[in-house]
Amino acid sequence: MSEKIVFQKPESVYDRATHYCPGCHHGTIHRLVGEILDEMKLREKTILVSSIGCSVFLYNYLEVDAVEAPHGRAPAVATGVKRARMDKFVFTYQGDGDLASIGMAEIMHAANRGERISVVFVNNTVYGMTGGQMAPTTMEGQKTTTCPSGRCPESHGLPIRMAEIIASLGGVAFCARTAVDTVKNLNQTKKAIRRAFEVQTAGTGFGFVEVLSTCPTNWRMTPLKANERIAAEMIPYFPLGVFKDADAEVCA
Amino acid sequence: MAGRIFLKGNEAIAHGALAAGCKCFFGYPITPQNDIPEFMSSAICKAGGQFVQAESEVAAANMLLGAAAAGVRAMTSSSSPGMSLKQEAISYMAGSDLPGVIVNINRGGPGLGDIGPSQGDYFQSVKGGGHGDYRTLVLAPATCQEAYDLTRLAFDLAYTYRNPVLILGDAILGQMKEPVTPAKPRKENPKEAQDWCLTGAKGRPTRLLKSLFLDDGALAGQNLRLKAKYEKMKAEIRYEAFACDDAELVVVAFGTIGRIAKSAVRALRAKGRKVGLFRPITLFPFPSAALAALAAKGKRFLTIEHNLGQMVEDVRLAVLPAADSDFFSVLPGNMPIPDDFEKPILASLKGAAKKTGAPGKATKKAAKPTPAKAAAATKKTPAAAKIRGKAAPTAKKPAAKGKKG
Repeated sequence: MSEKIVFQKPESVYDRATHYCPGCHHGTIHRLVGEILDEMKLREKTILVSSIGCSVFLYNYLEVDAVEAPHGRAPAVATGVKRARMDKFVFTYQGDGDLASIGMAEIMHAANRGERISVVFVNNTVYGMTGGQMAPTTMEGQKTTTCPSGRCPESHGLPIRMAEIIASLGGVAFCARTAVDTVKNLNQTKKAIRRAFEVQTAGTGFGFVEVLSTCPTNWRMTPLKANERIAAEMIPYFPLGVFKDADAEVCA
Repeated sequence: MAGRIFLKGNEAIAHGALAAGCKCFFGYPITPQNDIPEFMSSAICKAGGQFVQAESEVAAANMLLGAAAAGVRAMTSSSSPGMSLKQEAISYMAGSDLPGVIVNINRGGPGLGDIGPSQGDYFQSVKGGGHGDYRTLVLAPATCQEAYDLTRLAFDLAYTYRNPVLILGDAILGQMKEPVTPAKPRKENPKEAQDWCLTGAKGRPTRLLKSLFLDDGALAGQNLRLKAKYEKMKAEIRYEAFACDDAELVVVAFGTIGRIAKSAVRALRAKGRKVGLFRPITLFPFPSAALAALAAKGKRFLTIEHNLGQMVEDVRLAVLPAADSDFFSVLPGNMPIPDDFEKPILASLKGAAKKTGAPGKATKKAAKPTPAKAAAATKKTPAAAKIRGKAAPTAKKPAAKGKKG
């Protein structure tokens, strides 16, 4: 009797439990990245630049060479890695506090220079690892430990839409916003990350994917409720879609 | 070998970096170091390397971190306010055992300060500079030739110790022009960094370069490994000792101030005064043992700095309890000439100077002598010069290995 394998961990993903909370989307997004690295046969030429936040431990889950960047600086570190080794595949994986707050200068300029790097940006509207403080992406009225009455636009401004900003920059070859709350969206996310990786391997330019993600613990929600919040609250403000694809016809 | 070339100190540093095989340069404009990124923007590309004008000094230093992780010789340069911004990455590099060369053409501070020469960044340079318990190797050139030679050395040391190395110059050195004898370009060592750098995990286990150590005892272990590394660096101690053997008073000064002080010492020697000069070339590790040996012989000391008194603390730590050090301060915004130092040296020689020293006033009349003038005053090679330690700051004899006191 022969066995038929129907489900397997990607080669690029370590076989180990993650430290993430139940219902967190990081594990799902990690796996998608691992699947794409496998499919594109990139694992052995990949250098990961990890960032600060919950996903700093990505190097414990992806079986690739990695360097740890200071908070927000992953795009600058990745610039250095890539300029030093143009033949390698270099990507960063950053949260919204890291990328859209302290790292705003680094992400904008790496994108604008058209660095041949790819960025996976996980937006869960909150600083996760430090315990749920307000992020630049925190929704209007959303309660966090530093805006306990809810984010007030008058004093904190409105949540920043990164994908739209990045798409407006010259060096960007691919830019999209996706989610992983449904199977359909998950498939879209995989496609988008693949394109963000392809524009690097093709040498076209900078690749960027914003993935809307849950943080049940800091949202004070069950995993199911948190998953529902993506469609109910986040997608209306952070619309999904491809905002830029410089050479879709070439790579499609 | 090519003949001598006429270079600014800043350019000498850039030329030295290229001769050392620097492949990536990450810059950001700030006076008085702009000649370095300006020169590199074309020269390093012609040499097959990469130039990035970063969005900030923060980003430039983090790019250096990235190139270092890839095991490629790389450099960034700045001046004082920009150095404050680079400290984040330097701390991460130190914590992750990453090599790189960082140039600081020191200007006046604190804050925006001015754009003139100063040695106000001594503490920041030699005591770590960023957060956490770490050190960087610090090399302090006094001539354009030394700037060239020590920059080449900086790359070797960075990769030998897997540690950031600082070149600490100042606006005098950066903007002063002198002939420099170039060295043969370094032959690339294809094995350099290959046992630890990131290349993609092809046919080998993955590698991880990080400064986060959360497991019980892990960070303490990393701190102890770093401590052992800093101890080993003592093998690199370099200094210039000029006319110290029979001197009653030893003037201690580094960088361009050391060079100006040397002219004063030479002039006083000509008048029969028993004074000498001790010029630390490595500021970390500091040549404490060599100073202690001089103190044990009964010498007195006068430290002269272009700040309110920073290195003097290290001098005192080295020479106490056998001796102490007087201090003479040149303030930023002033350009000293050798004559300015004669009075305080004579006062110390008589034992009359106050221990704490008062800011120098003599600089007023020196209004604005050009750096070239100050340099010219020190031009002649003294017959009595004795170079101990590794670096002979002459073109012909770069970096002879020296005594570890």
